[in-house]
Amino acid sequence: MEIDKECKFTKEHEWIRLEDNVVTVGITDYAQTQLGDVVFVELPDEGDTVTKGESLGVVESVKAVSDIFAPVSGEIIAANSPLKDQPEQVNADCYGEGWMVRIEMSNIDELEDLMSPDDYATFVAAEHG
Amino acid sequence: MMGQPVPQRVSPTTQPHRGVEGEAPAALPLEGATRAPPIAEKPVTKHPPEVPMTPGSTGLVLEEPLLCELSRPGRQSCSLPHANDVPTRAPEATLPAALLRQTPAALPEISEADLVRHFTRLSSWNYCKDAGFFPLGSCTMKHNPRTNEAVAALPGFAYLHPYQDSGTAQGALALIAALEEALKAISGMEAISTCPAAGSHGELTGLMVIRAYLQDRGDPRSRVLIPDSAHGTNPASAAICGYRVTQIPSGPDGLLEPSTVANAMSDDVAAIMVTNPNTLGIFERNIREICDIVHARGGLVYCDGANLNALMGIAQIGEMGVDVMHFNLHKTFTTPHGGGGPGAGPIGVRQPLAPYLPIPRVVKTAAGYGWDASAPKSIGRIKAFYGNFGMLVRAYTYIREMGAPGLRHASEYAVLNANYIRAQLTASYHLPYATPALHECVLTDKWQQPGGVKTLDIAKRLMDYGFHPPTIYFPLLVAGAMMIEPTETESKESCDQFIAAMRAIAKEAQHTPATLTEAPHHTFRRRLDEVMAARSPILTWHQLKG
Repeated sequence: MEIDKECKFTKEHEWIRLEDNVVTVGITDYAQTQLGDVVFVELPDEGDTVTKGESLGVVESVKAVSDIFAPVSGEIIAANSPLKDQPEQVNADCYGEGWMVRIEMSNIDELEDLMSPDDYATFVAAEHG
Repeated sequence: MMGQPVPQRVSPTTQPHRGVEGEAPAALPLEGATRAPPIAEKPVTKHPPEVPMTPGSTGLVLEEPLLCELSRPGRQSCSLPHANDVPTRAPEATLPAALLRQTPAALPEISEADLVRHFTRLSSWNYCKDAGFFPLGSCTMKHNPRTNEAVAALPGFAYLHPYQDSGTAQGALALIAALEEALKAISGMEAISTCPAAGSHGELTGLMVIRAYLQDRGDPRSRVLIPDSAHGTNPASAAICGYRVTQIPSGPDGLLEPSTVANAMSDDVAAIMVTNPNTLGIFERNIREICDIVHARGGLVYCDGANLNALMGIAQIGEMGVDVMHFNLHKTFTTPHGGGGPGAGPIGVRQPLAPYLPIPRVVKTAAGYGWDASAPKSIGRIKAFYGNFGMLVRAYTYIREMGAPGLRHASEYAVLNANYIRAQLTASYHLPYATPALHECVLTDKWQQPGGVKTLDIAKRLMDYGFHPPTIYFPLLVAGAMMIEPTETESKESCDQFIAAMRAIAKEAQHTPATLTEAPHHTFRRRLDEVMAARSPILTWHQLKG
């Protein structure tokens, strides 16, 4: 399982990468492995506001339909629309081309609730038993 | 990344994914009138299952082209008489020019014999409850008694028209009223509506009743709590009803813990939706305490009654403190399921919620039975007419035929069968929750994973042994879940055959894993490319040709 050392993580298996007050969001390698082949991705529109912990989109695989939860609150300033036609990018390159949205944060303190790469590795190991 | 679980069914029905399925025979060259359907890829002799197969896994299976491929100009399947007594009118005289076709519609032209064979052959590709064991967990695939069909076919039921005067349909109305009484007695609820047309429709209707009740109380609330062991339709129903959904985790033994509910409970929670027994098959033994916690903060308790098959005649949902529930007549009460439907999902409520039930409601007056559509607080109509009446007839027939002791026996045998299978398979498959379970058991692929074998492969291989696979990858809180529900219908012999197949597959996973990862070997089509089918579906004849 790959864990990007540049990222922070949620318990729902999203990753975020921070640049100034903008975060890029995707789902982790563990998440895409658990889901299996992704066949559909539904993302919010640019300009939408999202609240931390609430669903901002949906990832569908042949096994399950899962919500993508907003790791932080703020405004969607970009959505990776090519995923609509190429959902397989989520499997092929989850930390790169498979990114989902960019959020301009409204509350920078929310970052404190996220896990470091090491903490996330421990979390996944415990969850996977 | 948590969300709506999608109970997945691996269908052994062999849909021809033409252009998708690499190993499917190429499109058939059809010349003139000679249409010799080649026998499909012969069920292979390699990898013979290690236990005797049930009928239906091999044999004479006929390939069948699409109707468009069968078409030959000038053929027809029926001939209509000249209507001498009806005047002919030119299309131009009745329709605007813009709507008139310039060329005739390219409809398939097929003889009656070919048409009958077409659909008969397709039906022979299907696997059904009447053909064999169908252990889809959470779906409660019971036998559909033929007595139900005989009663539903009685002319007084079968030829009713929804617009006929209720004075001429007294027997039908009396049946609905009697079914309501029976469902009250079984559930302990105080008022019933038989209108909803499915379990999920019942959920939505029940939540609409809750919303109307709370709004009327001047206390509209915005959230619904749903445990991670609930049915996937629960969050969908709540969201469609306009509620925000908060998922709450179950504890280490697969039970919903009162402290978790207490922590999640607040004054903006309209209801909690609990499935009992839950999707692990485990009875939520803290249900009474959970109801008290929710009620104390002004919320209501909805019980998804899809698993009532485990409790019928033994425990009453109403006694547990539940305010609203639904029944799946097509699960618990033996009415047909899936393609044989339609479903029926009556709801039951406690008396304070009764004024909000959908209309119309059956009432009995001095003049006999009638419809009451006047209820001022009702949420209104949720379906045309009076629900799926034919299903109500079947369910009522089953309840009367079984009687109270019979219903209790059915639940006991459902629980016994599931626990027998569980006990026989725990040496071969990982059991994620050791907590005693009722009518279904959940196993996983954890012991097979290191050898490269996944739940999907086990499910596919089961088809080679002549069984419909169980529900897989559900519930979502169990990685690689296989959810097995035999129901009371199955004999010990059929449970034993299934157990033998599952054990043989576990051995194959150890010694010849490729047998599983390449399965199924004996079905009409081999493994379908489900990913490509989902990403690039071919849904029309023109797409296929193009």
